[in-house]
Amino acid sequence: MRIVVDNKLCTGCETCLSSCPYDAIVLKDDKAFINEYCQLCRACLEVCPEGAIKEIETGVGVEDTTDRDSFRGVWVFAEQRDGRIADVSFELLGAGRRLADAREAGLSAVLFGADNSEAERLIHWGADRVYHSEAPVFEHFNDEPYVELLSRLISEHRPEILLTGATPTGRSFFPRVAARVGTGLTADCTSLEIDSETGNLLQVRPAFGGNIMATILCPYRRPQMATVRPRVMKKGQYDKTGTGEILKIKADDIQSKTRVTETIKEVSETMVNLQEADVIVAGGRGLGKIEGFQMLQELAGLLGGAIGASRAAVDEEWIPYSHQVGQTGKTVCPKIYIACGISGAVQHLVGMQSSDIIIAINKNPDAPIFNVANYAIVGDVYEVLPVIIQKLKEVKGI
Amino acid sequence: MKIIVCIKQVPDTAEVRINPETNTLIRDGVPSIINPFDLHAIEAGLHLKSELGGTVTVLTMGPPQAEDALREAISMGADEAVLLTDRAFAGSDTLATAYTMSSAVRTIGFDIILCGKQAIDGDTAQVGPEMAEFLNIPHVAYVGKFEEINAGMLRVQRLMDEGYDVVETSVPVLLTVVKELNQPRLPSLKGKMKAKKSVIKKLTHPDIGTEEKNLGLAGSPTQVKNIFAPEAKKDRKVLTGTPGEQAAQLIEELKSLKCI
Amino acid sequence: MNYFLTEEQQMLRELTRQVAEEKIVPVRAALDEKEEFPHEIMKVLAQSDIFGIFIPEEYGGLGMGSLELCLAVEELSWACLGVSTTYAANALGTYPILLFGSEEQKEKYLPAIAAGKKLVAFALTEANAGSDAAGVQSTAVKDGDYYILNGTKQWITNGGEASIYTVIAITDRSKGPRGASAFIVDKGTPGFSFGKKEKKMGIRASITSELIFEECRIPKENILGREGMGFIVAMKTLDQSRVGVGAQGLGVAQGAVDEAIKFAKQRVQFGKPIISFQAIQHMLADMSTRVEASRALVYAVAKHIDSGAKDFSKVAAMAKVFATDTAMKVTTDAVQVMGGSGYMREYPVEKMMRDAKILQIYEGTNQIQRNVIGQALIKEAVSRENGS
Repeated sequence: MRIVVDNKLCTGCETCLSSCPYDAIVLKDDKAFINEYCQLCRACLEVCPEGAIKEIETGVGVEDTTDRDSFRGVWVFAEQRDGRIADVSFELLGAGRRLADAREAGLSAVLFGADNSEAERLIHWGADRVYHSEAPVFEHFNDEPYVELLSRLISEHRPEILLTGATPTGRSFFPRVAARVGTGLTADCTSLEIDSETGNLLQVRPAFGGNIMATILCPYRRPQMATVRPRVMKKGQYDKTGTGEILKIKADDIQSKTRVTETIKEVSETMVNLQEADVIVAGGRGLGKIEGFQMLQELAGLLGGAIGASRAAVDEEWIPYSHQVGQTGKTVCPKIYIACGISGAVQHLVGMQSSDIIIAINKNPDAPIFNVANYAIVGDVYEVLPVIIQKLKEVKGI
Repeated sequence: MKIIVCIKQVPDTAEVRINPETNTLIRDGVPSIINPFDLHAIEAGLHLKSELGGTVTVLTMGPPQAEDALREAISMGADEAVLLTDRAFAGSDTLATAYTMSSAVRTIGFDIILCGKQAIDGDTAQVGPEMAEFLNIPHVAYVGKFEEINAGMLRVQRLMDEGYDVVETSVPVLLTVVKELNQPRLPSLKGKMKAKKSVIKKLTHPDIGTEEKNLGLAGSPTQVKNIFAPEAKKDRKVLTGTPGEQAAQLIEELKSLKCI
Repeated sequence: MNYFLTEEQQMLRELTRQVAEEKIVPVRAALDEKEEFPHEIMKVLAQSDIFGIFIPEEYGGLGMGSLELCLAVEELSWACLGVSTTYAANALGTYPILLFGSEEQKEKYLPAIAAGKKLVAFALTEANAGSDAAGVQSTAVKDGDYYILNGTKQWITNGGEASIYTVIAITDRSKGPRGASAFIVDKGTPGFSFGKKEKKMGIRASITSELIFEECRIPKENILGREGMGFIVAMKTLDQSRVGVGAQGLGVAQGAVDEAIKFAKQRVQFGKPIISFQAIQHMLADMSTRVEASRALVYAVAKHIDSGAKDFSKVAAMAKVFATDTAMKVTTDAVQVMGGSGYMREYPVEKMMRDAKILQIYEGTNQIQRNVIGQALIKEAVSRENGS
């Protein structure tokens, strides 16, 4: 399939040029021309007033050679760090169960490193089966051993769907696995469904910094692989009595060309783990001074939250870059995001607009932050926040 | 030391919007820029060159206008630039892109390959690690600091969610870098003049020995089914009154949400 | 407007504007507030080759001229006059070496200056020698292979931060104006120290210090030109740099106009953006017109200098007077257009107004410039009469 311009119909009006998110349409000899940047997103098809842009079947496409029906089951790769399984793994077991049910198949988890009690937790969180390797090579995260063993397991057991968290670990080694087994991988998905007609996995993910959502398919290759954004999927039911089998996998022959010599937990005074926090209190240029963050810190403390910041506040050096939320900082989706004195430049919004509840406090009633806010407070941060803090203390009896 | 920096020309995504009525993209006047993370990769390449000697080659895959991005990289100090351009590459997903790029890198020759952690249009962060797989070399993603630089070994900090890992890797290696690694330099005047005159080397499908079935659409297992606008907030409440009243309303809302 | 800039000149302008926008604008308010020398920005300028533009290629520079220097200064001034003063004072201190230095001196000093590794300062002013440069009291006495320097220079831009100083001192008081000489003094020379750092109204990102010479022995080969040429060195240097001060005025005025327009488009009063009111439009129109006229004059004079003209004191003075008076007027008007906001430090125009004032004062007050122009007019009139 390919998108082409019918030169007979094209008037060179340039309407389509600006519709292309990939800059793939250029004017050549006064006619629109679609170049190799085209990602087949079809955004241009409808904008042409002459109907000159068409989708044609070229016969070129991914060869449908995979014996797809021989792939069965949903797998969740469970990430562990320092022997503890990351929360996102349990979220994926929740989502995985839903997908497995739709495909009338089983749900398995894969765990490299950690001990048997952790493997059992995966069963309690819903896995029917756990492939577990306790080989010493998995003590720390190195890409190559992960890739090697997971690829072997895929070849042997042929799962239909394979998921992991879109964390630094998952996003580092999953692409290699996809390349090794020659299948597609969709990054940072926020929604997963089964297409009831084809049985394919519909993988929804944000692109262009969250301004656009795209549904991605991997119709002709298996497994269908995706990394999934943490804190988006609902955890399944925890059942301490749940049963399943744990298969121990050997990996004694596996080696690594990289070596982790130290793992350092950043002990910044605030212990930011923005991506895991339920509540984020964030400050922007509107705070006007570094002292504003002390007030935010107090509020965050009361709510058990973390501190975020807009780029403007980081540029002012009121707070370190590790707190920055937005396009060039972190992408977060807490339950509550409280934006204080943040105007809401698009670059910031893309990093936080998928938060469950957004509370915005800003002097300017026209600030774009209010467009994404659930609760809008037009007012001076320095007048409103102290009262909120005071009242919160009363509620908590402090 | 042969250092290759892979870059991508992207639309300045902050400006890209979708019209929720028609589900079409609005990107009038959106400028094309070097992917911001790739600027850090270029800076890292120039830094490694100053430590280890050698050359910095920038590589991109795209249409002819991607030359602008390559010239900008030269103006920052890169020694040479290569543009991978061929109709056969059209419609590549990350896998096909990584296959094509890795074939080109093999043709050019390499010791250290650098990529930005992800491109801001696709945000996939997959091409780098996939390239390393195709090249059968180690990679370290999310590199936030160089601790030690040697011709045969690099020790780097890999940023994780809570802190970082110190990772030692042999060379050749592929690294994807994050913003914390460095501050990209601006172009220099001499660099800009050189960039103006530089001849950009072009490589096509036959030049890099790729197999047709792995290129472009044929080599892309994933497909974009459709695109749509993210949901907008529908239920905005404006809390009015004095600061005290506003605060009180918010507390009530937080209580009803069982947040406190 | 099309000033027929070459491709290289356009590149230079683009690059300095990029430095201004990305590296200077975000920090200018903080630098001003903290009265902090812009070390980081100097590194960026060095790395971008901007220190080398006016230095010949054989010494590692780009071999460009006065117009290019003006373009760079204009763009830096658009963002912050404190930064551009630091940069321009470096050029001012370098001109004596460029114009009068021996081959050995040029080879020794220029490459490091072009690379931005060493900053330069020009030291003429003293407590009793401001507009009246002949009042210099510092002395340099020859002693074998050395000159022994004594005296105090004041209000020296880059004083303390610069590594190289071009200093004017009296070698023979009996010869009056012909008794002064110019020297290169390296920072760190025994007997050379720095006094107090001035607290200024504006250009607070630049440093202004006292230089103190106490029995400071400098090698005799550090003299610029010959003994007795000191005032010629100083006057030719100031002639050369004067148009650059005009470019500073041009830059800051453009910056102020841009801010005023941006503000006037956003600020709503009486239900409309204030830019829709003719009272505002007329102010903006006058401001913009003056800026464009300054630009035309500054560029024309710079091109005149670059054409190899011998005597350009008059036109250089005209460019300085016109562009810097414009800067004062336009920055003041920008504050007025922006009203209360303009007066607040939250917006950049009050700083621009404070900064602009110095331009009418330093490198020859605008009154002295008018003297220069006036005397040139008399001279021209006399030569016309004699010629006819």
